[in-house]
Amino acid sequence: MSTPGRSGLVFREPLLFESSRPGRSGVRIDDPDVPPVDPVRELGAGLVRDEIRDFPELSELDVVRHFTRLSQWNYGIDSGFFPLGSCTMKYNPRVNEAVARLPGLAAVHPASDESALQGVLALACELEEALAEISGLDRVTLQPAAGAQGEFVGVRMISAYHRARGDLARKRVLIPDTAHGTNPASAALNGLEVVEVKSGPDGIVHPEALAALADERTAALMITNPNTLGLFESHIEELSRVVHAAGGLVYLDGANMNALLGVAKPGHMGVDVMHFNLHKTFSTPHGGGGPGSGPVAIRNILAPYLPTPVIRLENGRHRLDSEFPHSIGRVHAWYGNAGIWLRALAYIRTLGASGLAEVSSRAILNANYVLESLRADYDVPHQRRVMHECVLSDRRQHEHGVTTADIAKRLMDYGYHPPTIYFPLVVSGAMMIEPTECESQEALDGFIEAMRAIAREAETQPGLVTGAPERPIVRRIDEVRAARKPRLRWTPEGA
Amino acid sequence: MSYVPHTPAELGAMLSRVGASSPDALLESVPAGLRSRAELKLSPALDERNLLRHFGARAAENRTVESGPSFLGAGAYHHFIPAAVDALASRGEFMTAYTPYQAEISQGTLQMIFEFQTLICQLTGMDVANASIYDGASSLAEAALMAARVTRRTRICVSAGLHPHWREVLRTYTEGIGLTLSTLDLDESGRTATRPLPADTAAVIVQSPNFFGCIEDLAEASEAAHAVGALAIAASAEALSLALLRPPGELGCDIACGEAQSFGLPLSFGGPYAGFLAAREKFVRQLPGRLIGESVDSIGQRAFVMTLTTREQHIRREKATSNICTNQGLCALRVAIWLAAVGKAGIRRLAGINLSLSTYARRACAEAGLALPFAAPVFNEFVVAVPDLPRKLDALAARGVQAGLPLAGRGAQARGDRLLVCTTEMNTRAEIDALVRGLAA
Repeated sequence: MSTPGRSGLVFREPLLFESSRPGRSGVRIDDPDVPPVDPVRELGAGLVRDEIRDFPELSELDVVRHFTRLSQWNYGIDSGFFPLGSCTMKYNPRVNEAVARLPGLAAVHPASDESALQGVLALACELEEALAEISGLDRVTLQPAAGAQGEFVGVRMISAYHRARGDLARKRVLIPDTAHGTNPASAALNGLEVVEVKSGPDGIVHPEALAALADERTAALMITNPNTLGLFESHIEELSRVVHAAGGLVYLDGANMNALLGVAKPGHMGVDVMHFNLHKTFSTPHGGGGPGSGPVAIRNILAPYLPTPVIRLENGRHRLDSEFPHSIGRVHAWYGNAGIWLRALAYIRTLGASGLAEVSSRAILNANYVLESLRADYDVPHQRRVMHECVLSDRRQHEHGVTTADIAKRLMDYGYHPPTIYFPLVVSGAMMIEPTECESQEALDGFIEAMRAIAREAETQPGLVTGAPERPIVRRIDEVRAARKPRLRWTPEGA
Repeated sequence: MSYVPHTPAELGAMLSRVGASSPDALLESVPAGLRSRAELKLSPALDERNLLRHFGARAAENRTVESGPSFLGAGAYHHFIPAAVDALASRGEFMTAYTPYQAEISQGTLQMIFEFQTLICQLTGMDVANASIYDGASSLAEAALMAARVTRRTRICVSAGLHPHWREVLRTYTEGIGLTLSTLDLDESGRTATRPLPADTAAVIVQSPNFFGCIEDLAEASEAAHAVGALAIAASAEALSLALLRPPGELGCDIACGEAQSFGLPLSFGGPYAGFLAAREKFVRQLPGRLIGESVDSIGQRAFVMTLTTREQHIRREKATSNICTNQGLCALRVAIWLAAVGKAGIRRLAGINLSLSTYARRACAEAGLALPFAAPVFNEFVVAVPDLPRKLDALAARGVQAGLPLAGRGAQARGDRLLVCTTEMNTRAEIDALVRGLAA
């Protein structure tokens, strides 16, 4: 068995609170040059707390060692191949980090006077324009802090649009069964009702199925394209026509934009509003689950409803305009995850038009290469060319009592991060593989070889697979116990 | 430059395995009419040198808290960040990992968030905390939605001392599902008058210290809320205050939420920051967002894992407690590192220093003849009335000083002569003296 990695020295490491020793301290903080104040005398005893019980007491080296050891138990893109479908785990270029850390950007206070913000506002405009061009839409807001918040904003704007036209009965959002869970949740957060659209046996939505559901109650269609099966919704223009004819608008979940850069523009597909996931398509680091950034692009018909403030360029100066009577309001305390959108702009400026087109082209090639290479060993539920990701199922391994969860855990022993599993819901035991454009043929071959080896193990030594993983710092975790007796924090009593 | 590795030989071999004559041949499912015929109209690509030059030139057009003295706070605070925070948070294993769906190879992220949840509970005096939320404003909005679910009521009573931007976000989040916002005015001293409350109140929201810097009476707010069967929500925009002030959990509050940016996150033009949300044990199943729990593996070793996920959108879809999918993982990591490095004695000391500086600055303002509109005690931020304020702000700005936030047009207490001034450990006595001279001139 060839594996790309070997465990080096991996250390056990207790919790911060368990390593603490009374009286130990880290960072030194000198007295200020003003007279010290006694908090109790200044504020009154009723307002002042005692020292925080059980708070960490560690030396600086303790802290450095603690987090270094924790990091060694983590698998990131920097560690290896990370084919997590729908998440676009591409390389996070280090120059983008350097850009975001420039003192002239990292030390900008968001409440500064506009005169102090001209540089960062110009960069924001630069990114808005680039995203408008990539989407084929008219305007962009950078405020949403994540894809799901972008969805919320987009749907909120759609609701405002219908309300402004006195079209008050539009309370339904049509969502295909292949959608991410955030789509229905975002609709519900806007007080709208979700109507599921069944995709066809070929994995995509057909106009007839949509036409049967679209009517005067339809606020919007929320569609992901390519969808979560990695398939391009080939009828998208017709689907948009059906929804528009019924008086609704079309929302595109842009989670899978990595397939469309320079390939096709959502604005040409009849899409009225979409969000981007900058932490997917535009290479900003996922950070173990955030921060992300979810800018929203719109057609001009929705411009009156943009979140405030919007950035305007007037007489060569940028200003923040909040005078927007029909705006849906703010969704972020400031202007969104600026440090993240700066990284995304750095990426776009590094690649340019031809580089972005190359991204999608190679991402699509890599996904198809993996799919064709695994066809002989795994069940492929849909027989169409895929875009940037592909979906397999565990149907064949199931006959030997081996499930998708087992295959995922076994992949860890081979040194790989598993694909997204049990999603989309329309495929039983789904494995959703997104290699991204950043992997070479030999990197893909290594993964393919591991998947094939696991398929053979499932037939000959299924216990090896169902007992996995063996090599990470911990073995398979009891998730049921975690939910049944939730322990969500450390306490000295529970230690 | 697109960070792709394929050699021409590889491309050929791969295309032949997939049975395509060219990469474009793989696009057969994209209707021809939709395919872009022209390149995207984007600025020319830059190499690393020129990229840094471009951003550096733009960065030079900003005025920052490092280019001169700054007294700006208002929900974003300039605090010291030990070098260890950047060093550790930049580790690729943390930075380039994803949501810890696969727990066995994500124990670093998982244990760190479990520690973050514990630290937030300790700071707020609450029982449970989630893995973090986009920012303070959305943590507050989620807290309000949570209270509406728990009480099955629709009226949210909001202190006029809440950060005006947070209030705007609250409105955006609550409008679509039919919640009503009512305002609780401030009294003369700058504190919220929390009585009388309507009988149909779902939640009372009080920020402490409030937007004007005044420390609120959270015990009173909790009693008032509970008297009508509502929940009490405490919001913190300046989390450092929790190191010194009695926390919401000790004062009867049901939910504590806020912004943890003060703990190791650069100002970065307002984001990414780290919202936190903590509550009493009994509300745990109504908490939105990610939760990490402790469990064991198949051979009995301690292990951490995402848990109670049936609250979340990827399981429950439209019936989830929120649509939130991510947290602010890397920001939560910075917070955990900062808190661990500064530690129990250090954080208390730092909060005391902040209080000493604001006390000194307030006295200096009063001694210079400037009026202090609010008598309530403050932590590190306060309002001062300055005659002829715009002219003085300009004069200070010309000397490179960001003197604070003028309150004209901001919230209920907005008056043309009012300035919100913040002092942290990053300010010196000399800077404060110069500020006061400039304001009193």
